[in-house]
Amino acid sequence: MSLIEVKNLEKTYTEGESATAAVCGITFSIKKGEFVAIMGPSGSGKSTLLHILGFLDRPTSGEYRFDGKTISEFSDDEIAKVRNEEIGFVFQAFNLLARTSVLENVKLPLAYSGVKENLWNNLAEKAIASVGLTHRLRHEPSRLSGGEKQRAAIARALINNPKVIFADEPTGNLDSKSGETVISILQNLNEKEGRTVILITHEVDIAEHAERIIHIKDGKIESDLPVAKRRKASHI
Amino acid sequence: MRTSHAFKLAAIGLKANKSRTLLTILGIVIGIAAIILIMSLGQGAQNLILAQVQGLGSNTVAVIPGRQPSGPSDFAQIFSDSLKEKDFTALKDKSNVPTAATIMPVVFGSQGSSYGDETYRLTIFGVSDVFPKIFKIVPDKGAFFTQEDVQGLSESVIIGSKVKDELFGASDALGERIKINNRPFRVVGVLPKKGQVSFFNFDDMAIMPYTTAQKYILGIKYFHRFIIEADLQQNIERTAADVKLTLRESHNITDTAKDDFFVQTQADLASSLGLITSILTLFLVSVASISLLVGGVGIMNIMLVSVTERTREIGLRKAVGATEKNILTQFLLEAITLTSLGGVAGIFVGALLSFLISIVLSRAIGADWHFIFPWSAALVGLVVSGSVGLIFGIYPARQASRKDPIEALRYE
Repeated sequence: MSLIEVKNLEKTYTEGESATAAVCGITFSIKKGEFVAIMGPSGSGKSTLLHILGFLDRPTSGEYRFDGKTISEFSDDEIAKVRNEEIGFVFQAFNLLARTSVLENVKLPLAYSGVKENLWNNLAEKAIASVGLTHRLRHEPSRLSGGEKQRAAIARALINNPKVIFADEPTGNLDSKSGETVISILQNLNEKEGRTVILITHEVDIAEHAERIIHIKDGKIESDLPVAKRRKASHI
Repeated sequence: MRTSHAFKLAAIGLKANKSRTLLTILGIVIGIAAIILIMSLGQGAQNLILAQVQGLGSNTVAVIPGRQPSGPSDFAQIFSDSLKEKDFTALKDKSNVPTAATIMPVVFGSQGSSYGDETYRLTIFGVSDVFPKIFKIVPDKGAFFTQEDVQGLSESVIIGSKVKDELFGASDALGERIKINNRPFRVVGVLPKKGQVSFFNFDDMAIMPYTTAQKYILGIKYFHRFIIEADLQQNIERTAADVKLTLRESHNITDTAKDDFFVQTQADLASSLGLITSILTLFLVSVASISLLVGGVGIMNIMLVSVTERTREIGLRKAVGATEKNILTQFLLEAITLTSLGGVAGIFVGALLSFLISIVLSRAIGADWHFIFPWSAALVGLVVSGSVGLIFGIYPARQASRKDPIEALRYE
C-alpha cells in the first residue's frame, strides 16, 4: 500500500509579474517501509518537493495523498498535527535549540503532542539511547560534534514514533565518518523498524544506501530507478 | 500544549537574556512603582486629613465670617468682622438653635511675647472655657481657665509646649508671668505636645479667654469663628440650618446670596478635602501611567527583536508540530511574564519607597502619618502590568506565529 501518493504536483512561486515553477507536474508514489533517495542539482526543485511531502509547504496544484488522506483538504492546525505525529524531519543544519540540553531538544515535539508530561523523559531517553547518545543527555549542542548533533536531531525526529522520516541533506555538514554513522542509523530505522525514509542528497555515495533513487531536474522526474547494488552502512 | 509548559518556555526565553530582560522591565517597574507610591501616599494623606478633621470632633459646626468665595470679585467684600456679640447671644438662645450643645467664640492673632530675656512670637487663641471639651485637649500641668475668668477678662494664659520650651526652657512655667503685647499674663496651664490638630498647632499657642484677647491684645469687638457642637450626630445638619437662620435674622439678610458668613460642618470639610486628595491622586496616577505606556513600547520593541532573533527556533517549532496558536501563546506569555515580573517588582519598590517616605514624613513634620499598603493599588498594578504585556506583546507574537516555517528555518 502506498504511504505517499502524488499526482501532477506543481509548485509555482509568483513574484510580481513573473512566475517561477519549482515543481512542474510530478507523479509518483512511495510504499510504506521504502527507503527512497531524491537526487538532483541545486535549483532542481528537490527541496521544494521534500517540503511539500513533509507538510512544510503546500502545492500550487495537483494532489497529495498521505496515508490515504488528501492533504489539500487539511486546515493549518490539522497540518501541524500531522507534522507532529506522523512525520519526523532531519535538517542539514541540525536546527537544535542553543543553550538547551540534548534531552530538552529531543523532548521538543512532545510539547505539541497529546503525550502526558510524566512520560516525556522516558520517551526522550529511549530515543536518545537508540542513536547512541545517552552519554550526552545533559550536554548542550555547542559541546557536541557535528555527527552527535545530527544524531540528536534524529532522536528528536523519532520521539513521536513517526511513520516517515524526511532527511534533507542530513550528511551535508558532516565529515565522511560521521556521515556514515548517520546514514547507518537511517538504514537501521528502515530495515529493523520498517520505517519509511525519504532522503535528499546530491552525493551518489549516500544515495546508494537507499533502495530507490528518484532524480529530479528542472522540476520534473528525470529517472526513478531501484538501486542495483545497495550500499550497506557499516558503522553504528 | 499545556500552560505549565508554556510558562516554563517563557521563563527559559527570559533567562536566556538576563540583562536585557532586566533593562526591558525597568520601565514597567518604574511605572508601577510610581503608581503604587502615589496611591499609597494619597491614601496616607487622605487618612491624615480625615484624622485632623475628626480631631475637632465630628459633631462640630464652624461659622466663618465673610462670604464663601465663588470668584475673584468676592474678595472685595469679605465681611471679616461680621460675627458680633449679638450673634453670639442669639446663637446661645435655645429657642433659636435647640440642638446646640456648646457654643464657643474664637478670636486669634499673632503677637510677640517675652519672659525675662527670652522672646517668642506666638499665636493668640482666644476661646471660652469649653475649649477642652471641643478640642479634646487638656493641660497636663495646671488647669484650664473657667467661665468666671472669661467674664472677668482674666489675664490668665495656657501655653503650648513649644512656647513653654522657647520661653522657659527646662524650668517650670506654671504660675510665672509672661508679657504679651506688654501686658503681664499669668501662666495657669501648659498643654502637652500635640503637633497639628485639625489645622491648629496648639504647641505654638497662648490660649486665653476670648474677652481678654479681644480687649487687651487684638483690640476688636468681633469674632473670627464660632464653633458649635451639636448634641447628637444626626442633628448636625439641623444645627447648621438653625445657625444660618439665626444669623440671617440677626444680620437682617433676606437674600441668601448676600450672606456675610458661612457655615461649615466637619462632614462637609471631610468630604471636600477627600475629593481634593482623590482628584490629585488620580491626576498623578494618570501622569505616572504615561511611563507605563513608554515601558510597554519598550517591551514591544524588545519582543520584536526577540522574535527576529529566534526566527529559526520558530521555524523548528512549527516543523515539529507547533500550531500558530502555540507560537502566539508562547511569545504572548513571555511578554506577559516579563511585564508581570516588572509589576511585582514595581509593587515592592513602590511600597518600600512609600514606607520610607511615611517614616520621614512622620519624623520631619511631626504628623501622625501612617504607612498604608495599598492592596487595591497592588492588585490594579498587577492587572495593569499584565495587560501591558498582553497589549504590547500581541503584535510581536502575531509576527512570530505567522512566520512561514521554510523561510524561518532558512533564516541566518
